[in-house]
Amino acid sequence: MSSGPCRKAGLGWSNWKKKPELRRAGETSVENGLPKWAVIALLIINKAGGLIYNRTFGEGLNQLNSNDYLVLAGTFHGVHAITARLNPLREHQAAHFYAQQQQQQYSASGSLGGASSSGGGGGGGGGQGGPLPSRPEPPSGLEVMETENFRLQCFNTQTGTKFLLFTDTMQANVDVAMRKVYELYADYVMKNPFYQLEMPVRCDMFDRKLNSYIREINNSR
Amino acid sequence: MSSMTPNKGKEQPGLRYPSNGKTIYHRPLNRSKTSELSQASFAYLFSEMVQYASKRIESIQDLEKRLNTQGHPIGLKLLDLLLHREPARTQTRPLTIITLLHLIKQQLWTHLFGRAADGLEKSSDPARPDEYMIIDNEPLVNRYISVPRDMSQLNCAAFVAGIIEGVCDGSAFPARVTAHSVGKQQAAPAADGGEDGGEGKEMWPGRTVFLVKFAPEVLERESFLGKG
Repeated sequence: MSSGPCRKAGLGWSNWKKKPELRRAGETSVENGLPKWAVIALLIINKAGGLIYNRTFGEGLNQLNSNDYLVLAGTFHGVHAITARLNPLREHQAAHFYAQQQQQQYSASGSLGGASSSGGGGGGGGGQGGPLPSRPEPPSGLEVMETENFRLQCFNTQTGTKFLLFTDTMQANVDVAMRKVYELYADYVMKNPFYQLEMPVRCDMFDRKLNSYIREINNSR
Repeated sequence: MSSMTPNKGKEQPGLRYPSNGKTIYHRPLNRSKTSELSQASFAYLFSEMVQYASKRIESIQDLEKRLNTQGHPIGLKLLDLLLHREPARTQTRPLTIITLLHLIKQQLWTHLFGRAADGLEKSSDPARPDEYMIIDNEPLVNRYISVPRDMSQLNCAAFVAGIIEGVCDGSAFPARVTAHSVGKQQAAPAADGGEDGGEGKEMWPGRTVFLVKFAPEVLERESFLGKG
C-alpha cells in the first residue's frame, strides 16, 4: 500500500513513471488516438463519500453505469482517507519529535525551539513549556494520479467536498481549471436556495456555466 | 466612555448601536454612488429569504405571493427615497402611468441593480390596455438561482415584482405585478453556449417579464387626465 500513487507523500511513483521505455509507450498511445477533449470528466463527492455530481465532456467516451459511478466515488473516498494518513516521513518526524521531547523532559533543561521548528508537519502533541507548537497543515491525501490515458486531479475543500477532474495527460493548468470549477460550484450551487446540502447537484445554471467553461478550455487546444 | 455604552444599551433594549454612535439614520440620504453591496452577500441573503418563504407553502403561487409581500414595503419606502434623490426640479410624484413606469425602469432599476431595465412595453392586446411589461434580461436576484424542474413556473423575481408593486401603490397607481420567465429553459444545457442564438430567448435564458396590471380606476383617471 505504501507505494500507492500518492505524489504528495513523495513516494516512488513519479520516478517509476520516468523510466524511458514506459514513457515512450505512454506518449505514443496518446498520439495515436489523440483525443479532441482536454478535460474529460468531473465528479463531485460529498463529505460522506457520496457522489453528488457526475459529468463527462466530449463525445465518444465510454460511460459507466450509474451504480459503478457510485462505487467509484465511494472507493475513491476511502482511498483518499487512507492516503491522507499514509505518510511514513511524517510518522518518522513525529517519532523523532517525541523522542526529543522525552529527552528534554528527562534532562529538564532548555526549550523545545529546535524540535518544533524542524518538525513542521509533526503530530498534534505540542510542547507545554516551550514556544507555541505550530499547527501542522492537515494532510491532504491523494492529489494527483496519472495513468497512460488520463490524469486525475483531486481537490479537497475545507469542508471535505472533493472535486475530481479527469483531464488528459498533456493538459496544463489544471489547478486554474479546478479553481474555476470550485468557483462555479460556490456561486451556482451554494447560493441556490433550492439546493440541499450534501444532496445531488441538480442546478441548470451550474451545468450551463460549467459546460461553457469546459468547452472554452477544450476548444482552445 | 466604556461605562457609558452599557447604560445606553439598557435604556433601549432591542436596538443595537454601532460603537461610533452613527446609525443608518445619520448617513446622508444622497450618498447613492458609492453605496454598493457585495453581490455574494446579497445572494446568500436572498437565498435564505427564498428558503424562508418556501416553508409550509401550499402552491407555487403561495411562494410567489410571499416573496411579493416581502418586497412590497421596500418599494413603498424606496419611492420616497428615490424622489428625494431626484434633482429639485423633477422632484414630483409621477402623475401618469408612463412617467411612473419610466421612474421604475430608470431610477428604481439603477438604484437596485446598477443599470436600467432592458425594456418597457405596453400590452399589444387591445382587450387588455391596463397591462404593461417591464423586461429584464438577466434579473440580478436570479443570477445564482436554478429553479428545479417540478417548480418550473416559479420565478423568484416575484420579490422584485413586489418592490414594483410597492412603488406603484405608493404613488397611488394601485397595481398587481407578477414576474414571468420567458427565456427558454428546457434547451439550456445542450443548445446554449458557444453558438449565438440570435434570438433574445436563446441568449437570455433568465429573461423575465414583470407584468404590471393596473387597477381599473387608474385607467379611468388616466383617460380623464388625458382629455384635460
